[in-house]
Amino acid sequence: MVQKIDRLKESPSQTAGPYVHIGLTPCFSGISGVYPSDLGTQIAGANAKGEQITITGRVLDGTGTPLRDALLELWQADAAGRYPGQDGVDPAVTGWGRCATDMATGTYTFETIKPGAVAAPDGHLHAPHAHLWIVARGINLGLSTRIYFEDEAEANAADPILSRIEHQVRVPTLMAKATAPGQYSFDIHLQGPDETIFFEL
Amino acid sequence: MSQGLFPRDRSWHPPALTPLYKTSVKRSPQAAPLAIPAGAGEQYGPVFDRARLGPRDADLIHNFAAEGQSAIGPRIIVYGRVLDETGRGVPNALVEVWQANAGGRYRHAKEAYIAPLDPNFAGCGRVITDSEGRYEFRTIQPGPYPWPNGPNDWRPAHIHFSIFGPAWGQRLITQMYFEGDPMIWRCPIVGTIPTRQGIETLVAALDVDATVPMDARAYKFDIVLRGRRQTLFENRMEGL
Repeated sequence: MVQKIDRLKESPSQTAGPYVHIGLTPCFSGISGVYPSDLGTQIAGANAKGEQITITGRVLDGTGTPLRDALLELWQADAAGRYPGQDGVDPAVTGWGRCATDMATGTYTFETIKPGAVAAPDGHLHAPHAHLWIVARGINLGLSTRIYFEDEAEANAADPILSRIEHQVRVPTLMAKATAPGQYSFDIHLQGPDETIFFEL
Repeated sequence: MSQGLFPRDRSWHPPALTPLYKTSVKRSPQAAPLAIPAGAGEQYGPVFDRARLGPRDADLIHNFAAEGQSAIGPRIIVYGRVLDETGRGVPNALVEVWQANAGGRYRHAKEAYIAPLDPNFAGCGRVITDSEGRYEFRTIQPGPYPWPNGPNDWRPAHIHFSIFGPAWGQRLITQMYFEGDPMIWRCPIVGTIPTRQGIETLVAALDVDATVPMDARAYKFDIVLRGRRQTLFENRMEGL
């Protein structure tokens, strides 16, 4: 016999379902009068340091059809690579946004600032990136991925996460494409030859 | 700051592909997820200000009702704690809930069930846990409802829960079921959870002692988030 280690088990995940908007973006879903506004509509205030950018895209299923009932959350560092909660973070940055995909077109949009490179405890610099979490009907456990920026080629080449990916041919699935100054496009493919890399955190 | 998160036991959670829940078939990634070490981005998370909550946010019986009216259905209190896998209460956790009305109808543009809307019920609420991880809200017990999957599939009565712990890597969405509901064991979405033991952790217990006489029955529902490692050095830093 040995001593017991008392641990609880994490609550099992269940799908967010088709009506996730009622709980997480009620104003978007047309429920007015309960909350004054939806949470997560501002990732970075007008005074936030850094380049103002817009990221837009869709979540596509295995047939290439956009999900019109998905909900995405984005989490990122400020322009200096600090997360809210860390010392010295830009007070104009909440770092967190939430967006339901459009019920007709399936597009999502985040307006934010470009995150800075993040220093790891071992001194490595992680290329600028945002964390993305995707839930929807048919997704049993929320999916985690990252948005990197294709115009940060030098930082991406030195990034310790990107460089550990065995199938380097899939790395472009993590790259937001610059479509105009300050405008990026990032589609998420749940399945198929272009399946996005998802992470186990 | 903690030094990482306990690894998630993926054999305990539903797998991505669960063919009896048909929508998962074309929405499930097929490549293995890439495990990465937790950095600052996974160990910090968004912070929610209690001041943003309104006085009726945790009262779904009244938060959409006309003055002097209330939602129709069995009145219940749902209470419990948000814990992590070490058993510690998680303070300041944002808990958001949503549900159907007592007839099993959601207030949503894409909902097509013939059961009527309740003009006094929206179906959303939220609360932030106290210093020991406790939360509580009032609502009406939702009804079961049919859904398009198999030819005759019904969801058991349930409440959806979204929970933020202090770390982004703890983010979780799940559902709460009610003790004694025979529909639980017939539901393909419940059935995505691999073990009966796992399912039972999502079934809230009727707590007769916490029931308010002549007002509302109480159900207790604890939620567990992933554990966070802490070193002795950090414990001293935090004065624990």
